[in-house]
Amino acid sequence: MKLRSRHLLGLEGMTREEINLILDTAESFKEILERPIRIVPTLRGVTVVNLFYEPSTRTRISFELAEKRLSAEVVSFSANTSSVRKGETLKDTVRNIEAMKIDMVVVRHQCSGVPYFLTQCLDSSIINAGDGAHEHPTQALLDLFTIKEKYKEIKGLKVVIVGDIKYSRVARSDIWGFTTMGAKVAVCGPATLMPYEIEKMGIEVYDDVDQALEGADVVNVLRIQLERQEGGLLPSLREYTNKFGINIDRLKRLNENFTIMHPGPINRGVEITPEVADGPYSVILNQVTNGVAIRMAVLYLLSGGEAKVE
Amino acid sequence: MNKSKEKKEILKRPPEFDLAILGGRVVDPESRTDRIADVFVQGGLIKKISPRKAKGKSGPEVRVKEVIDAKGKIVVPGLIDMHAHLREPGREDEETIYTGSCAAVAGGFTSVCCMPNTEPPIDNQEAVKFVYDKAKEAKCKIFCVGAVTKAQKGEELTEIFDLVQAGVVAISDDGKPVSNSQVMRNALEYCKMFNLTVISHCEDTNLSSSGVMHEGLVSTTLGMNGIPSVAEEIMIARDLKLAEFTGGRIHIAHVSTQGSVDLIREAKRRGIKVTCETTPHHFTLTDDAVKTYDTNAKVNPPLRTRKDVAAIKKGLRDGTIDCIATDHAPHSVEEKEVEFDFAPFGMVGLETALGLVVTELIKKRILSWPQAIAKLTTNPSRILNLKSGRVKKDFPADLTIIDPKASWIVDPAKFKSKSKNSPFGGKKLRGKVCYSIVDGKIVYP
Repeated sequence: MKLRSRHLLGLEGMTREEINLILDTAESFKEILERPIRIVPTLRGVTVVNLFYEPSTRTRISFELAEKRLSAEVVSFSANTSSVRKGETLKDTVRNIEAMKIDMVVVRHQCSGVPYFLTQCLDSSIINAGDGAHEHPTQALLDLFTIKEKYKEIKGLKVVIVGDIKYSRVARSDIWGFTTMGAKVAVCGPATLMPYEIEKMGIEVYDDVDQALEGADVVNVLRIQLERQEGGLLPSLREYTNKFGINIDRLKRLNENFTIMHPGPINRGVEITPEVADGPYSVILNQVTNGVAIRMAVLYLLSGGEAKVE
Repeated sequence: MNKSKEKKEILKRPPEFDLAILGGRVVDPESRTDRIADVFVQGGLIKKISPRKAKGKSGPEVRVKEVIDAKGKIVVPGLIDMHAHLREPGREDEETIYTGSCAAVAGGFTSVCCMPNTEPPIDNQEAVKFVYDKAKEAKCKIFCVGAVTKAQKGEELTEIFDLVQAGVVAISDDGKPVSNSQVMRNALEYCKMFNLTVISHCEDTNLSSSGVMHEGLVSTTLGMNGIPSVAEEIMIARDLKLAEFTGGRIHIAHVSTQGSVDLIREAKRRGIKVTCETTPHHFTLTDDAVKTYDTNAKVNPPLRTRKDVAAIKKGLRDGTIDCIATDHAPHSVEEKEVEFDFAPFGMVGLETALGLVVTELIKKRILSWPQAIAKLTTNPSRILNLKSGRVKKDFPADLTIIDPKASWIVDPAKFKSKSKNSPFGGKKLRGKVCYSIVDGKIVYP
C-alpha cells in the first residue's frame, strides 16, 4: 500500500488505512531509533529543505533528526515572514530554492494554506509542518501513534482537547485524525477561543471543563498564548487557569488509565499544573520521542516508499 | 408606384438614420417594453422605435447608413455598472480608465461609475476633473463617484458641492466604511441639498478586523480569520436608522448576507429611502470557493454561504435588491499570487457580469429578462439621476445587443481588463454580448 498523495498537507480527507500505514511504518522506525546506530540509508541522495517561516524548536529539530537518520541531505532555512515580505515573494523564494534541485520541502508558516500554495508552484513533495491555524498533521500523527502505543486501539476512546481551539492547528489535525480513527472527540475552551460552527466538524463542544472531562480517556492540553489576553479574547490568564487549567483535582473525572498529552511548549501553571504535566499518566515526552519516528515514516512514504523498512 | 420603383425612390433619398437595429427583442424596463421591434438611431440619439407587426413583417422601408440584424438577439439599454474600481490615478499597472472602459464595453456596459478609492482618492474637484478628462478617451461613459470624506479618512466631509459641480453622480468612501456615525449623519443630511445618493460600504472594522474570508465552518476548518456576517449587518442597520432619521438617500453597496437582505426589505417596507446592490459573485459563489486558497476568490465582503446566496436571489426576485453591480476590482498577478492572508481583496467583474446574470439568474428562472435588465440599467440610472438606461425616443443611443443563447467559456487571459483576477476561469456561461453601442456608435466589437 502507498499513500494517495505525494504531499502531506493535512489529515482532513486522509483515510483510516493511510493513517494506519503511517503509524505502522513509524513503529518500524521507532525500533531503529532504539538501536545503538540510529541511522539508515533509506533516503540517501534525497534532498530535503526545511523552510521555517515561524519560530519552532521542537518540530524543526524533530524533522531535522528524522531526515538525518534517514540519510537525507538536509538544508534548513528560517526566516521571519515579515522581513521576507518586504522583498521577494514566497513564490519566488521557493522557486529559487527548487531550482537548486531538491526533492522535498518541509514547511512551517504563519499563514493557512501555504503548503497547498507550494504544491501549486513546485514539483517537490510538500510536508506541512504547521500552517497558521489550519493543520499540523505530523503532530496529530504522533499523538495518534502515542495513544495507539498505549491503548493498542484508538477506536472507542474519548479524547478531549482543552484550550485555545480557535488558533490551534493541532486541534484541527487532532480532530480529523482521532475522528477518522473512530475515537469520540470533544473540545473545551473559552467561548471566545472556540471557532464558529466547530460543532459541525462532528465533535462535542464544552465550555465546562469538568463536564468535558467526565469519562474521558485522553486529554490533550493546548498551550495558551499570552497574545490572547492582549487581543481581548481572555480577560486574564489567571481567570483561564481557574476555569480551564488542568489540575490534579480535575483528573478525578477521567476514566482509569487516562492519559495527559500536551503538544508543547508548556506554560507551566497556566493551562496545566506541573504535577499533572510530570505525572505518571503524562506522555508528553513520549510524544516528542515518537515525533521523530512519525516524521521518518512520513518522509519515507512520501518519497515513494511502500515496503516494510528493515 | 410598384415595389421596385418605390425602392429606387428610397435609395435616392439621403439616409434618414445612422444606424438601424432590426428585428431584435427590445427589452426596456422603464417603459415595460418587451417585444420585437426595430430601433433607429440618428445623431447619437434613439429616434424611432417601431414595433414589428405579427408574423415578422418588416416596417416601412427607410434608408440607413448601417444595419444590425438583431434577429434572435435581445436589445436592451446599455448596461450601467454603478460600482467599479478603475484604479486611475495611482495603480495604472492594474487598470486605467481606458482599459477599464474596454473591459466594460466587452461586457456590455456602456456606463461605468468609478469609485474614488484611487491613489490619491477622488476627494476634490481637481481630481474629478482629472477623471472626466481621462474619460474622454474611454470607450464608454464614465461617471465619477466622489469621496465622502477627505482622503477617505472618515473624519471630515469633502467639499461635496464642489464635487457635484464637477459632475459626481454619488459619493462614497467605498473600500472603507464611514465608521463615525456622526460623519455619516452629516453626509446624509448635506447630500439632501443635492438630491445626491450616499453609497455605503457597510463594514464594522472592529468585527471584521483581521478577517480574510466569511466566518463559518469553512473558515473554521481552514483556520483562517473570519469576517462575520454581523460585521456587515450592524453597519447596514446603523445606516438605515440614519437614513430614516435624516431623510437622506442611502445606497448599500455589495449586499452579501441573508441578514442584510432582511434588514433592507424591512426598511423599504417602512418607507426609508434606501436602495442597494449585490454583485454577480455574491449570487454565484459561496465560501467553498476559498477551500483551494484561490486568492481570486478573496473579496470584501467575502463570499458567504449557500443560505446567503439563496437569500440574495430571493432579494433580487422580490425587488429588495435594486441593482447588480460588478465591484470590478483589478489586482496585479504579483499582488494576488501570494499567501492568502496577504493577498488584497477583490476580483474583476466587468466581463463576466452579464454572463453570470444570464446563467445564474435568468436561465435558472430567478429573474425574467426585463427584471434582470432593470437591475443593470433603469434602477442604477434612477439612483444616480443619469440620462442613460432606457430605450426611449430622443434619449442617448446607449444600447447593448445580447445573444441569449450563445455559450462561452471564461478565459481571463482574454480579458480586455489589464487585470485577470477572476475566480470564474473555465466556467461555462450563457449569454454573450454581440454589440455595445454608446451614443449611437458601435464601440464593441
